[in-house]
Amino acid sequence: MSILVDKNTKVLVQGLTGKTGTFHTEQALAYFGTQMVGGTHPKKGGQKWVSGLDGTELPIFTTVAEGREATGANASVIYVPPAGAAAAIIEAIEAEIELIVAITEGVPVLDMVKVKARLEKSNSRLLGPNCPGVLTPEECKIGIMPGNIFKKGSVGIVSRSGTLTYEAVFQTTNEGLGQTTAIGIGGDPVKGTEFIDVLELFLADDETKSMIMIGEIGGSAEEDAAQFLIDEAKRGRSKPVAGFIAGLTAPPGRTMGHAGAVISGGKGGAEDKIDAMEAAGIAVSRSPAKIGEALVKLLKG
Amino acid sequence: MNIHEHQAKALLKEFGAPVAQGVAIFKTSEAGAAAQSLPGPLYVVKTQIHAGGRGKGRFKELGEEAAGGVRLAKSIDDVIFHAGEMLGNTLVTKQTGPEGKQVNRLYIENGANIARELYLSVLVDRETGRVSFVVSTEGGMDIEGVAAETPEKIHTIAIHPDTGVTEADAARLCDALELEGEARSDGMKLFPILYKAFVEKDMSLLEINPLIVLDNGGLQVLDAKVSFDNNALFRHPDIEALRDLSEEDEKEIEAGKHDLAYIALDGTIGCMVNGAGLAMATMDIIKLYGEQPANFLDVGGGATVEKVTAAFKIITSDPSVKGILVNIFGGIMRCDVIAEGVLQAVKEMGLNVPLVVRLEGTKVAEGKKLIDESDLDVISASDLDDAAQKIVAAVRG
Repeated sequence: MSILVDKNTKVLVQGLTGKTGTFHTEQALAYFGTQMVGGTHPKKGGQKWVSGLDGTELPIFTTVAEGREATGANASVIYVPPAGAAAAIIEAIEAEIELIVAITEGVPVLDMVKVKARLEKSNSRLLGPNCPGVLTPEECKIGIMPGNIFKKGSVGIVSRSGTLTYEAVFQTTNEGLGQTTAIGIGGDPVKGTEFIDVLELFLADDETKSMIMIGEIGGSAEEDAAQFLIDEAKRGRSKPVAGFIAGLTAPPGRTMGHAGAVISGGKGGAEDKIDAMEAAGIAVSRSPAKIGEALVKLLKG
Repeated sequence: MNIHEHQAKALLKEFGAPVAQGVAIFKTSEAGAAAQSLPGPLYVVKTQIHAGGRGKGRFKELGEEAAGGVRLAKSIDDVIFHAGEMLGNTLVTKQTGPEGKQVNRLYIENGANIARELYLSVLVDRETGRVSFVVSTEGGMDIEGVAAETPEKIHTIAIHPDTGVTEADAARLCDALELEGEARSDGMKLFPILYKAFVEKDMSLLEINPLIVLDNGGLQVLDAKVSFDNNALFRHPDIEALRDLSEEDEKEIEAGKHDLAYIALDGTIGCMVNGAGLAMATMDIIKLYGEQPANFLDVGGGATVEKVTAAFKIITSDPSVKGILVNIFGGIMRCDVIAEGVLQAVKEMGLNVPLVVRLEGTKVAEGKKLIDESDLDVISASDLDDAAQKIVAAVRG
């Protein structure tokens, strides 16, 4: 098993006709035949999109609802620019898409406040925005992660950072462990899915034998996740977890690239997060190059 | 993006918030006329810099015994005297760092008779995903101190985006701030106004510390600190026009022009990385091996050769940089593009410090080949750990 996506996942692309949407849709189709079933564009409904790699054709629909109806899509991925991203997410929610993955970076935070309120009244799950997406090795790739570093295996990976997700994937591949699913939840302060949501899914997944959680400065999602793991362990549900927190050297009050990566009002510092995670039994690597090694060490006891 | 106090107050006034009359000045010669245009007889002369703690701050040039960056003046002559002492001098507060900030503008404001000082801020609470008011009766002081010592005196009230500030929300805020009489009726009007300003202008923080109850009973915004969501500036050209570039680091301004996320730091190892998380992690691993990063720099996912070249130039223009670490894990970012950009920049600028390059991911073979085939003196690294050790060894000679 994997979580969220597998070979049966059917994906619509919102923003397929743009340069980014086109490139990553070509890559997804080339990745073990991820089922990309179509795209949407308000003015190009009825046209076809053609892959520059192998000539694969995908239908373009005017709306997400129409695309879902025609293809049976249960997921969508969003590559539309920041100004239209919130509207795209809300359109997908209203079309009752089960999994919405928003790659777009730079969505205004107050747009996300509105999206989140709408999301709470729905059955959709949103990943992101400002995230690299989700990938289940050899089955389904949604988003922008490089497929070639993955290997089917036993580690569930969740991260706020895209490139650090790749580091963790690469390191667990090199250690021979491989991954069940890797998920980027995104670097924005207000987002659809938090660590806890993903950890719960990994705990419930039989094939996931261990987990890696990568956080960064800002907010208290890592502390919340640590408390969640402590509470679950008391109920007898636990799996080995290794982790890393980026931003030990980040100055307070500065936003470090990701809109959500900022230490403010004395809160959200890396040390507090590392302490909380270690208190929950997570093997926190101080080096971003040794996250895989930390997990192997933990698994060997 | 941050703005000055006087700009924040002007903005809040447009939305109908009660603020004192005031005038911003840039030269001492403007001080007299500014004060004359106010009712008086009490004035406040306030330095306008993008840092807090001004009142307790000290001017580098004036010595310890001189007054701070917010001063009361009892006459127009007093205003002129203080303006003369403050403008052009360097104010050091606990938020500016030891180097302080040069004072280029002042705000001359009519004085107020204060009965009580309250704290109010509006922000996006990332736990709930809601815009929230944070209020306390303990205003006029360091709110972090209040939060640490008497957390029960801080109240947080979340606002639902579908309804905005309801009567019930406003009443709860009045209760939390113990507002009575005229102050209460002012509060019932003020809280929806502040929420409207926050949402319409895409603020990320609106902090009023203190919000005061005047001795005649009404409320007034005595200080205001406003920050905006950079991601929403595209829809607020009026706000962008308020930006004061003299408050920002030159290298950061240059980086902004190229859409690079760059933050200047104090160390000696310049970093160029793709991805914010990996960029922070690269800084961390440099520290782990005993050196300090000179900057944070995320070239982003879709960087071009030109962008990489610009990034490299910004790093090398920092005189404290003794070595450079390029760390790329290409997902969208292609390693050959990075390699080309680095080579291009070095060709244009020369290279006087050691350079360690670690490439991984998309088109890594092509990228490595470009660098190996150049006659550049580049140290290749096999992984992040290797890269960090090599650059640290190189700067230590």
